[in-house]
Amino acid sequence: MVTQALAQEAAEMAAEHGEAMGEAHGAFPPFDPSTFLSQLIWLAIFFGLLYILLSRVALPRVATILEERNDRIADDLAEAEKLKRESDEAIAAYEQALAEARAKAHGIAQEARDKAKAEIEAERSKVEADLDAKLAEAEERIGEVKTKALAEVDAIAKETTEAIVTTLSGESPNEAKVGEAVSQARGELR
Amino acid sequence: MANEAIAQADRVDPIHQFHINSLVDFGRVGDSPFAFTNSALFMAITVVVIVGFMLLTTRGRGLVPGRMQSVTEIFYEFTANMLREAAGTEGMRFFPFVFTLFSFILVANLIGMVPYFFTVTAHIVITGALALLVMALVVGFGFAKHGFGFLKLFVPDDVPAAIMPMIVAIEILSFVSRPVSLSIRLFANMLAGHITLKVFASFILSLGAFGVLGWGGAILPFLMVVALTALEILVAFLQAYVFAILTCMYLNDALHPSH
Repeated sequence: MVTQALAQEAAEMAAEHGEAMGEAHGAFPPFDPSTFLSQLIWLAIFFGLLYILLSRVALPRVATILEERNDRIADDLAEAEKLKRESDEAIAAYEQALAEARAKAHGIAQEARDKAKAEIEAERSKVEADLDAKLAEAEERIGEVKTKALAEVDAIAKETTEAIVTTLSGESPNEAKVGEAVSQARGELR
Repeated sequence: MANEAIAQADRVDPIHQFHINSLVDFGRVGDSPFAFTNSALFMAITVVVIVGFMLLTTRGRGLVPGRMQSVTEIFYEFTANMLREAAGTEGMRFFPFVFTLFSFILVANLIGMVPYFFTVTAHIVITGALALLVMALVVGFGFAKHGFGFLKLFVPDDVPAAIMPMIVAIEILSFVSRPVSLSIRLFANMLAGHITLKVFASFILSLGAFGVLGWGGAILPFLMVVALTALEILVAFLQAYVFAILTCMYLNDALHPSH
């Protein structure tokens, strides 16, 4: 209704102004049937042209761009995933190598310790054996010296006894008897 | 003096902008004149702007899009998502059509916002033809795909038999009124918006004629025109979107007629 009123108004205005308007300008323009055919034909031409240009050229191009981007993003994500997996594997391998190395180092240390201990032990036993030998030797020498000394004790005791007896009695005692008495006394002392 | 007043009145005639002028006459087809008109010129400009913009912005085929390439891509994906949400994946076969329709209406609306430019979509015959094209596609594809099963569109499930005839009648009526509402909504919005802009702009002119005091008063309609221009740009987007999304929904009916 409003548009009709407007159309009427427009027509009145045109009449008022008394201008020389063409047949297409007599009515309210959107309702002027004489322009319909031209508009429809050109709409068909240009809308059709737009449809062809968009569907054949422009839209496939945009679609390709978007598809390539999505592919690229997916590829990059897959690549990142792969690299992450690889780095995880590398980390695991490193950890394992580290553990092995640690175990090996422990073994080496233990071995070295054992070896050192064995060496020390050997050294000590050798030194002890040496000492024992020296001790035995020393003891043997002491024994020799002792027996020698003891043997001399007899002689000294006999001489002393003879000297004492000679001094006391004025006569030289029988050597055999002195020896017997000394031996007897020593036997008692023992 | 009288002539000047008439000339001025003519300049602010809010209907003047909708006149279709012949640029190149091709004679007559039947009873109607056939000519290359300003309307045809702006349809051509619309096509050039859309295709030129899309091809120029995607020229680099950048893996990382620049600003302008992003505009094209966003528009592409927006339209694709709109269609996919309304009509599902099968609806994507209509993507070039929906994209063409959406971009044509949007760019024609926006070009119409430029002063002295002609608004192609402010003519009922254009919007009507586009709406009928959509309905022809819906009906044609619906029958081609589902045969008479397409008529299930008018017969909703789980409705009592008693009121079924009434429901069917309403469904048919609503279906038939779709192209009417679709075409008139766009046409009327464009027409009314441009007339309003022109009327307020003419107030500036009329008030300006009263000298200094009038110039002060003319600021009000001037601010109104600025605000209306912003509103009309919004309407240009909105109406193109409404046309496109309704098209998607109607196409969904053609693909899936049973409710």
